[in-house]
Amino acid sequence: MEPARATAPFGRRLCEITRNQASGAYRVFSALDPEGPEPAPGQFYMLAAESGWGGADGRPYLARAFSVADCERERGGVRLDFLLHDVGPGTGRLCRVEPGERLWVTGPLGRPFAPPRDVNPDAAGAILVGGGIGVAPLALWRRRLSGAGVPTRVLLGFRDRERFGGIDLFRCSEMRIATEDGHQGHRGYVTDLLSVLLEGDDARSAAVYACGPPAMLEAVRVLCAERGVASELAMEAPMACGFGACFGCAVPLAGGGYMRLCIDGPVVRGDQVETALIKGSGGH
Amino acid sequence: MATEANGAAPGPATELCGLRLAHPVINGSGTFDAIAAMRAFGDELIASFPFSAFVSKTITPEPRAGNPPPRLWETPSGLINSIGLPNKGLGGFLEHDLPLLAELPVPLIVSVMATSREEFARLVEGVAPRDEVAALELNISCPNVKSGLIVGESPAEAGALLECLRPLTDKPLLVKLTPNAQPAPVAVAVQESGADAVSLINTLRAAAMDPEGVGPWLGAGSGGLSGAAVRAVALHQVREVAAAVSIPVIGMGGVASGRHAAELIFAGARVVAVGTESFRDPAAGVRVAAELSGLLRAAPA
Repeated sequence: MEPARATAPFGRRLCEITRNQASGAYRVFSALDPEGPEPAPGQFYMLAAESGWGGADGRPYLARAFSVADCERERGGVRLDFLLHDVGPGTGRLCRVEPGERLWVTGPLGRPFAPPRDVNPDAAGAILVGGGIGVAPLALWRRRLSGAGVPTRVLLGFRDRERFGGIDLFRCSEMRIATEDGHQGHRGYVTDLLSVLLEGDDARSAAVYACGPPAMLEAVRVLCAERGVASELAMEAPMACGFGACFGCAVPLAGGGYMRLCIDGPVVRGDQVETALIKGSGGH
Repeated sequence: MATEANGAAPGPATELCGLRLAHPVINGSGTFDAIAAMRAFGDELIASFPFSAFVSKTITPEPRAGNPPPRLWETPSGLINSIGLPNKGLGGFLEHDLPLLAELPVPLIVSVMATSREEFARLVEGVAPRDEVAALELNISCPNVKSGLIVGESPAEAGALLECLRPLTDKPLLVKLTPNAQPAPVAVAVQESGADAVSLINTLRAAAMDPEGVGPWLGAGSGGLSGAAVRAVALHQVREVAAAVSIPVIGMGGVASGRHAAELIFAGARVVAVGTESFRDPAAGVRVAAELSGLLRAAPA
């Protein structure tokens, strides 16, 4: 079943930055969207700074895709929160936006997360598995699930202190953390925690939602397939437009051929795709 | 059949091969999927449709999945793509896409590509008779499997293809020229063989290396460069071709503003297409057309 997606206003619009602060090693900034609808959890926006987009080497040139980490209807519009890590010229510029600056915004775009009962008819709850900067869309999804009274467990994994953040967005106690360097929580992978959870009898009544780096997503996809657990993956692929025009964000389908992640994703069923190992954009 | 262009869009009204266009800004083939955009933006897309004619993504005789990813690479002020023409094939296009594209408020130009004259003829015979189709654009940036030559790089090949296709339809045949060879001799050859207009530039051949390896980044090895980075090349080639032919020229390459569009028109283009800029701003066509309208009103005659 296709989850209800919010439709974007046509074209891009300017939204003012109201906040930019540290969240661990990441940044979280807020933009006030006076026109747009509230996004559904899992949907994304194409973002570009109004000024200083295109540095000394002519990059960034294209807008960058980010899923929403949180949103709230406020006076003057919808506040959109985004979680970022400086890994290239686009994310670097966006990490440095200051309150009062404006962003070009297109969205909300794409297919959001589907409710647990649509992912698994026997679902009694949800398990959210996030890795690194990919925890972002799961924060908004957890809020919505909790608001709907869905029992939700949160598992978050990080590589090390330099790639750790965003956990303040979750504001919940039922959260388990794994770090590869062991500086917090379980020393190892977040999929270790997931594997333990899925050993119980209630695995068949679970719906798993995951977002994170390709290797983590692939491990979640394979683990869920082995245990017969229904999953949805919020994926990322190099994307020039975000609305189906460029055909760049091809993801191989389990049955052959490709899907466009921007319009048929970014949230996909785990059994839809051949692999979650999608090569990145080569410098965001 | 949608022959009247979007009335809400800015002027000046333009004529292209008998098609009445509300303004001179259309899209480059393969840079805007109106069907996907309707899913993303809903009815607002139709209400303020950005182009005065819509050029479809290229269709081929049989379905194509497209190239293996990665398909994109951002360059300084530009984009390399190697998409590989994914499409549903002629049958799938006629059955699934054409009825949806017929809902657009502007004339429809269908882009077609094949690797032999016989297959090109099959496409023209399948598409041209449909009332929903106002014109065809021939994408000739492909090899002829029999000769091994890229059709668009050889005046003789391109002219022979037009001679073969011209008798099959009375509808306008536009020819998309490649910038990877001298375009003017090809433009002259297709004009002599009955083409109604030429469009240029297509993407420039380009490559990027994997930043973490020693091989190419793109799944297909290499691709085509577009965006602001190619605008100066487009201006030169449009000037050269417009001076060589009498049929209308559709100019494109890095257009991001009304000023850019005006420059292509001053260089000899009748109509201008927006491509990569639509990726950065889905409504770029609306903005370019509005800015162009103001500039052309102010320009000396």
